[in-house]
Amino acid sequence: METLRRLGEATLALLTAVGRLSLFAASGIFHIFKPPFRWKIVLNQMIEVGFYSLPVVGLTAIFTGMVLALQSYTGFARFSAESAIPQVVVVSITRELGPVLAGLMVAGRVGAAMAAEIGTMRVTEQLDALKTLSTNPMSFLVAPRLLAGLVTLPILVAVADVIGVMGGYLVSIYKLGFNPATYLHNTMQFLEVQDVVSGLVKASAFGFIVTLLGCYHGYHSKGGAQGVGQATTNAVVTASILILCSNYVITELFFSR
Amino acid sequence: MTSSVSISIRNLHKSFGSKHVLRGINLDVKTNESLVIIGGSGSGKSVLLKSILGLIEPDQGEILIDGQNCLEMSRADRENLMAKFGMLFQGGALFDSLPVWENVSFRPLVVEGMDRGEAKALAVETLNKVGLGAEVADLSPAELSGGMQKRVGLARAISSKPSIIFFDEPTTGLDPIMADVINDLIRKSVNDLGATALSITHDMASARKISDRVAMLYQGEMIWEGPSSDINDSGNDHVDQFVHGRAEGPIAMPVLKG
Repeated sequence: METLRRLGEATLALLTAVGRLSLFAASGIFHIFKPPFRWKIVLNQMIEVGFYSLPVVGLTAIFTGMVLALQSYTGFARFSAESAIPQVVVVSITRELGPVLAGLMVAGRVGAAMAAEIGTMRVTEQLDALKTLSTNPMSFLVAPRLLAGLVTLPILVAVADVIGVMGGYLVSIYKLGFNPATYLHNTMQFLEVQDVVSGLVKASAFGFIVTLLGCYHGYHSKGGAQGVGQATTNAVVTASILILCSNYVITELFFSR
Repeated sequence: MTSSVSISIRNLHKSFGSKHVLRGINLDVKTNESLVIIGGSGSGKSVLLKSILGLIEPDQGEILIDGQNCLEMSRADRENLMAKFGMLFQGGALFDSLPVWENVSFRPLVVEGMDRGEAKALAVETLNKVGLGAEVADLSPAELSGGMQKRVGLARAISSKPSIIFFDEPTTGLDPIMADVINDLIRKSVNDLGATALSITHDMASARKISDRVAMLYQGEMIWEGPSSDINDSGNDHVDQFVHGRAEGPIAMPVLKG
């Protein structure tokens, strides 16, 4: 009976958390479309999410592309299939590794920062102060961040895709001895619009997930510095898990036959 | 409902789980008067203030602001009602991502859409009223001392000329001299604006200085109300013990929170 009771409690707690997150997301989306539109804050957040994440995402992308080319070569050489490397690199980067790694990196950098910032605002009564100044925190803080995440991560991933493919190109040309023109020709020949589009759709979803969970955990933090630290950890962990889960779902939607 | 009452609270209850924090509060704050609610930690002062401000939803009762029951208002009406309010938070609650002048002119700038130049001029003018120079306007709140942050918080509270101002522990964390300066500024600001003021504090020096009337909250109930001149002669043992800061008396201090 005790086990059943605990199982029931855990299930209820999970459902409550999902319900609260869903309501928070719905309210955030509603405020994206409800005036006043705070374009300046959106632009600032886009710079924060996109521009300042570019170095870490770019580094991740270039090394991933390089390793991918190197690993594929050592594996494919066993079957004399080295010529497939350009295709493997471009499809892996655009469909999967670009959006997923960028999402995870942004979750660690931006999601954590949002949770810490909004969490600190919660524990220092700044969120209450906003309300007393006739300003809804969902409209002033959450909606601009959600919109920035939705719009900016695809742009960031598009750049990361190019950098990642370039990483594979560099290793293939300068280390593995590929012909540059042939490599680029094979890359472009094999790449389909759907590969890029699916990656960008994933990026948009991941941007939403990262900013939503950063805002959600920050908004509901309590208990001072420890609470803010907990909110930051929760934001990164839950965003990372949801990115990986939703990655499967979106892949299924795009590519299942 | 007479027009001379700005805030009227009737039978207000609020519980958190099994803890009954507010137990049927009744209170009137007359227009243009300064009422200070005193009480120990955990007596329900902050919950009462946050209920009036709409930051906490009470379980039962009425809160009338200028005759309108704000618990029955829509969210939009509630946000409009906030235009009547100014609030000085205990820790200042300044927005640390904004410079001082944007904090002070937040409502005109963000809510009312005032031009940035005008809003900055208004902020500088308001900062002058609380004894701060124009050089403070471009600083970040993190660059200010505790006393200066309180002044900036006060400037933000009065910048849009509210008719009702709330003060949450306005002197907590300040040295006695700075606390007295803040008390003077509060008194002056409220008088200049002709505003109604509702403060909560456990600092008796502050309560004496800024109040016209004092009320004492104990275990979620309003146990005494009277003119501040009567505070030393209240005839209430709880008030006497609190006012004189005695460990012995009917008020037993809980050791554990909650």
